[in-house]
Amino acid sequence: MSAVIGTHHGTSGHGHDHHDHHGGYSGIMRWITTTNHKDIGTLYLWFAGTMFFAGGMMALVIRAELFEPGLQLVNPDFFNQMTTMHGLVMIFGAIMPAFVGFANWQIPMMIGAPDMAFARLNNWSFWLLPFAATLLMLSFFMPGGAPGTGWTLYAPLTVQQGIGMDFTIFAVHILGMSSILGSINIITTILNMRAPGMTLMKMPMFCWTWLITAYLLVAVMPVLAGAVTMTLTDRHFGTTFFNAAGGGDPVLYQHIFWFFGHPEVYVIAVPAFGVISQVIPAFSRKPLFGYASMVYATAAIAILSFIVWAHHMYTVGMPVTGQLFFMYATTLIAVPTGVKVFNWVATMWKGSLSFETPMLFAIGFLFLFTLGGFTGLVLSLVPIDIQLQDTYYVVAHFHYVMVAGAMFSAFAGIYFWLPKWTGKMYNETLGQWHFWLTLIFFNMIFFVQHFLGMAGMPRRIPDYPLMFETWNKISSLGAFGFALSQLLFLYNLFTTLKSGATAPQKPWEGADSLDWTDLPTPAPYHTWETQPVLK
Amino acid sequence: MKVSKLFYALAGLAGALAASSAHALAWYFQEAASPIAQDIDHLHQYVMWLIIVIFVGVFGFMFYACFAHRKSRGHPAEQFHENTTVEILWTIIPALILIVIAWPVTKVVIAQKDTSSPDLTIKATGYQWKWGYDYLKGEGEGISFVSMLATPREQIDAGAPKDEKYLLEVDHELVVPVDKKVRILTTAADVIHAWWVPAFGVKQDAIPGFIRDTWFRADKLGTFRGQCAELCGKEHGFMPIVVRVVSQEDYSKWVAQQQQAAKAQAEDINKKWDPKDLVAQGEKVYSANCVACHQANGRGNPPAFPPLAGSKVVNGPKEGHMDIVLNGKPGTAMQPFGKQLSDTDIAAVISYERNSWGNKSGIVQPAEVRARHK
Repeated sequence: MSAVIGTHHGTSGHGHDHHDHHGGYSGIMRWITTTNHKDIGTLYLWFAGTMFFAGGMMALVIRAELFEPGLQLVNPDFFNQMTTMHGLVMIFGAIMPAFVGFANWQIPMMIGAPDMAFARLNNWSFWLLPFAATLLMLSFFMPGGAPGTGWTLYAPLTVQQGIGMDFTIFAVHILGMSSILGSINIITTILNMRAPGMTLMKMPMFCWTWLITAYLLVAVMPVLAGAVTMTLTDRHFGTTFFNAAGGGDPVLYQHIFWFFGHPEVYVIAVPAFGVISQVIPAFSRKPLFGYASMVYATAAIAILSFIVWAHHMYTVGMPVTGQLFFMYATTLIAVPTGVKVFNWVATMWKGSLSFETPMLFAIGFLFLFTLGGFTGLVLSLVPIDIQLQDTYYVVAHFHYVMVAGAMFSAFAGIYFWLPKWTGKMYNETLGQWHFWLTLIFFNMIFFVQHFLGMAGMPRRIPDYPLMFETWNKISSLGAFGFALSQLLFLYNLFTTLKSGATAPQKPWEGADSLDWTDLPTPAPYHTWETQPVLK
Repeated sequence: MKVSKLFYALAGLAGALAASSAHALAWYFQEAASPIAQDIDHLHQYVMWLIIVIFVGVFGFMFYACFAHRKSRGHPAEQFHENTTVEILWTIIPALILIVIAWPVTKVVIAQKDTSSPDLTIKATGYQWKWGYDYLKGEGEGISFVSMLATPREQIDAGAPKDEKYLLEVDHELVVPVDKKVRILTTAADVIHAWWVPAFGVKQDAIPGFIRDTWFRADKLGTFRGQCAELCGKEHGFMPIVVRVVSQEDYSKWVAQQQQAAKAQAEDINKKWDPKDLVAQGEKVYSANCVACHQANGRGNPPAFPPLAGSKVVNGPKEGHMDIVLNGKPGTAMQPFGKQLSDTDIAAVISYERNSWGNKSGIVQPAEVRARHK
């Protein structure tokens, strides 16, 4: 990949001329009108960071109430609103936009494209998000508050909610639109704008994972939009999609929702795989093991994700054949996922490893995500799931996948690419402290929740029987430790931006994608105005 | 040094917490009280051992690499990046392991689904936020009651000392005979609930407008406790399921008792109540059934839960008031209480509401409710 010929000098020289050329506007108007993929990537990342802290505050309310038995801080209604909004904000506001931010910054630089294919559309994909987030947050201030249904918005509980429910529905519509537009842009960019010689099978793994993710999004976001629209018409226009009294079925909602919801899990996980696949080889100083099988495994996971949705619904009362089909299909996902894990370990094997912050987060990801994958295997088995469905075991499971998976991966990506984006080096000691504290407190919050679930604590309850007290206390203390540890990250980030040491051209010895090998650090405002040619 | 200090601090904290709770640490499945729960426990152990072996194997390699193949030890990076044989092997072997797992699991799935030829059939209806039980078939046919949380509100809201069975106690326990196949039909009146008893390995969603079923055969005497497992609104955490498993002999006695009580109540319906008694009885019914939404002060929690103090319905004609309590209001949390409460209790609670919080609109007698209750 480093074999670029021809245009290198011309490009970087040219790029320099335009370094401060931000399209004519400055200040806030620069950000509102920008069509530059780097600016838009930055916007996505700041947005995701803001939402991450907002969603985190909601999690703290939940954990504070659960510190001891009894109702102390919030009423059950508000507690339910917190669980709902924490989920929606973290998934649609924090994790997804964070990875779209990475995609915006990295994909054009990695494939040798000057920008995203549809630059103006890119601007609009981002600027839909603040409107959606505002609508979502406004639901708190409506009579009756935000929906208290859980992020899954199951019918017919949704019919009982106040007008905040409608705000949430419209917010979901807009978020979906943003995702679809962003995905179309990513697919088009990758398929049409690769540099000459950059064949699909030469692309960095991160681009592959995003190509697959973008297809998943285009396929499932309309399904979610359909589900919430049916909820809307059931609420206000007399339809009965989910009401048996009019010939509908509440379980239909769950089928539609999870047909979106399971691929959505991989919408979050697959780009995380992509980041990890860049970071591990870089710090192993060794090429990614099994590149081709990595691509096939990722595609296999994405395809399988469409035929496993009802494993979220084993307790709704499916026929035995249905349960068996969804169980077998679900366990099959373990095969390609296993391939990916083995490939990462094999990449590290006999490398020359060093453990800077991005690598620490990547190893943390590998270890804990696999743990979450194994509890997923446990949950895929119908009889065990019947015991564990809707308990804290499930809560623990998906936080291992979402937090130790996606969020750890996002941190790995930020520490890895921050020098490239800003030309500044973060403080390594603080970064490592951030990792270790996050790791310890993460497990303090969520490992014990496996025990709670097995012992019989249902999820989404504001108060609990006395036998669950000890684990809940540990979990709540862990949550506050976790939150404080993230302030360390914020401090490190701001001091780096303000007064960080100048980053070397290529701080990571083993990094081998075009952005590191053939572009200056920091990356100039316009890159690849002349495309590189790969042999 | 710093890290080890932190570790000791955390370990100390965890120890102190463990000591602070009077309860033994619950960290595994509750003790099985049915063959299916036993099977689930065995399957779980079987799968967990497999997982632990694989996990240790894979991460053994990873941590060995982290230790031995590090740059600081001068390990040079080799540049291999594929090996077809290895890649095929680690695709096929996990697939084979899955088959080894799937076989015993499939047998349990089929057993769990076999609800045929039960000795006793009971319908469990989920309401916001309590369970209704109807004995449909088998000994005790016709018995019907509502089971709701018995933990006093002061323990929940006001920090009063909590009982041992806090949030896991109900006013009417479901009673079943030991060693008999009990089929549970689930349904719901408003939103989705889930009927769950961990010790029996049974969890079945209760879906409004549909009937689903599950079964258990309790093989131990005793009282077994679970909670609603599907988010069903505000009081989701407060609708436990309590099942008392008794010997066949005790079960027959209990059935006789219940049938006698039902008969006594039926004769009672034409009695003309003293307004004071009726209101006093109504207050009890109100605090058990209505207080969660409409609040003890009658002010409710608008807009979802309207106030009763000064309400048009409560201060209007009796008929309108009776209709809404008997039939509920579709699309809201207001349920058709005619299906859950006796006519006497409905008369009592209406009388209480019409004579509290500044309302003054007369008394409703049980016979009037009976006449309106179609």
